[in-house]
Amino acid sequence: MLTETLNELETTKEETFQKHFLPSSTGKMVWILGLVLLACVIFSACTGALPISVSELWQIIAFKLGWIAETGVEEQKSIVFWIIRLPRVCLAVLIGAALGIAGASLQGLFRNPIADATLIGVTSGASLFAVFVIMLNVRYFGMLNELAGAYSISFVAFLGAAFTTLLVYQLSKVTGEGGVTTLLLCGIAINAFVGAMTGLMTYLADDAQLRSITFWNLGSLGGASWTSVMAVAPFVAISLIFMPYLSKALNLLVLGESQAASLGVNMRSLKQKVIILATMGVGASVAVAGTIGFVGLVVPHIIRTLFGPNHRTLIIGSALSGAIVLTLADTLSRTIVAPSELPIGILTAMLGTPFFIYILWEQKRKRL
Amino acid sequence: MIHVRNAGFEVRGRKLLEDVSFSAKCGEFWAIVGANGAGKSTLIKVLSAELGTTSGSVLFHDRELRKYKLKELAKKRAVLSQQNNITLSFTSQEIVLMGRYPFYDADPAQRDLAIVDKCLKKVGIGHLKSRLYPTLSGGEQQRVQLARALAQVWEIENGLLLLDEPTTGMDLFHQYETFQLAKELTRKNLAVIAVIHDLNQALQYADRVLMLKNGCTHAIGPPESVLTEQTIQEAFGLPVQIIQPEMTPYPVIVPNVAPVYHIP
Repeated sequence: MLTETLNELETTKEETFQKHFLPSSTGKMVWILGLVLLACVIFSACTGALPISVSELWQIIAFKLGWIAETGVEEQKSIVFWIIRLPRVCLAVLIGAALGIAGASLQGLFRNPIADATLIGVTSGASLFAVFVIMLNVRYFGMLNELAGAYSISFVAFLGAAFTTLLVYQLSKVTGEGGVTTLLLCGIAINAFVGAMTGLMTYLADDAQLRSITFWNLGSLGGASWTSVMAVAPFVAISLIFMPYLSKALNLLVLGESQAASLGVNMRSLKQKVIILATMGVGASVAVAGTIGFVGLVVPHIIRTLFGPNHRTLIIGSALSGAIVLTLADTLSRTIVAPSELPIGILTAMLGTPFFIYILWEQKRKRL
Repeated sequence: MIHVRNAGFEVRGRKLLEDVSFSAKCGEFWAIVGANGAGKSTLIKVLSAELGTTSGSVLFHDRELRKYKLKELAKKRAVLSQQNNITLSFTSQEIVLMGRYPFYDADPAQRDLAIVDKCLKKVGIGHLKSRLYPTLSGGEQQRVQLARALAQVWEIENGLLLLDEPTTGMDLFHQYETFQLAKELTRKNLAVIAVIHDLNQALQYADRVLMLKNGCTHAIGPPESVLTEQTIQEAFGLPVQIIQPEMTPYPVIVPNVAPVYHIP
């Protein structure tokens, strides 16, 4: 190093010609993942009980937009596409993006790659609130119309998610510097509590309520309609637009709270923003699709491994690939046991768990 | 540049810091020494505005420290604290670039990246630029953190660098390099305030020494007058001898106790 200091003049001369760059590039990743997502959306829209070919799909869309005057595609296929297939694909994309973003940002906030909305109990909190409202709604709020009902459930689920996240965050801070163990123990406690509450409701519930409670626990996109898409879209859009602005602060948080503060991060406001934005998406998606686990855990892991841990890349990448994963998983869930369908929560947990264990294994191996 | 006037800090009735006053000027290298629990880290936290004083005041560039916004302070001083655990696999370069975050909005300019490179080379880890931080050894990690703090104050005029035990985990050579670097920074008109455990290093490099004992100022002033056999015994409870070997330009502090013989 002494010689380096002596040679400093020479090196500065060289450096003026040498261009500096960062290894992770967001632009390239967005292009790659964007194209993959588009392909997945087209694939998902074409696959199902009534197959639609790509050229038919093109004609259906072009006809609707008035680019072509007439089309040879059957009316039935067009209806299936616009009323059933497209809202479902849109919902999968939105919820996938929401879960991916929430996973990435919560992991950043907790400074812990294991903080997943399902594991730490955020999803449970959201579904508890939502189930509560549904039970009340069936009994007392029958007068709420469909869209207002969907919005109010989304909002309440968001409140539940935000409340639980805050609780877990405070608990994990009180009992230690947010270590993995504390975090998971908090998750266990909250999940157990919610399990007890759900059990209580199951005990009290009638047939119709029982079915909706089961639905919350398994998670499914079966209820997709334009109404549910509209109910979720604004929540997801807000977190999608604003979350990337927090990526620098989340990066600094990696250094620890006090070091982040010395680099100009206001912890209090960052915490509030992240919790609100992350839980908005989770809450809304729980409201329309129930508990879908492991997307928020596995997706950020993959992005981190492929494109590095920088939160700007991570958040955008997790949104895109969360959408990809959920679109594919949903396609699989509705075709694998056709004409019936498998709840998507079962599928993501079944595929996600071994993958997660594999990631843990790899990480351990790499560090040795 | 930073004036501490009768600063005190207490938590639940326990006084961690009491009536500490000093003022560091630009271009000075201050060493804070003292036994474990003497309030050294608390003082660094007070100076970095992480903790507010419960009595007295701290003036930074002639303005109350508490009146600064966090973002403003980030452009005027850097802090290197004791614990630096990072579990996510950022590269060394990305960690050091974080020191430049207060100075750019969305994307780093070429200038920021050039500073990062220079700081990495300064602490002797230019070759570890793209290594993942969690895979580095303790001493190497500490040097990455030092480079990050360095990148933050690199272009600041009359900046302040606060170091809490900067040489933890470093080998002998890099400890020496770190203090040389701190001296070099003071020549660029920065003030450096560091918590130092090795009294010999404090004696050798510091311009001023502040010795704390139980949260109070025990001695303050130039190293030769602060680090005497008497004060060291009072603050640390260990009798020492200060000797001046013929071949070295600095006096050396050695424990003045009977050697422990190994009885077979």
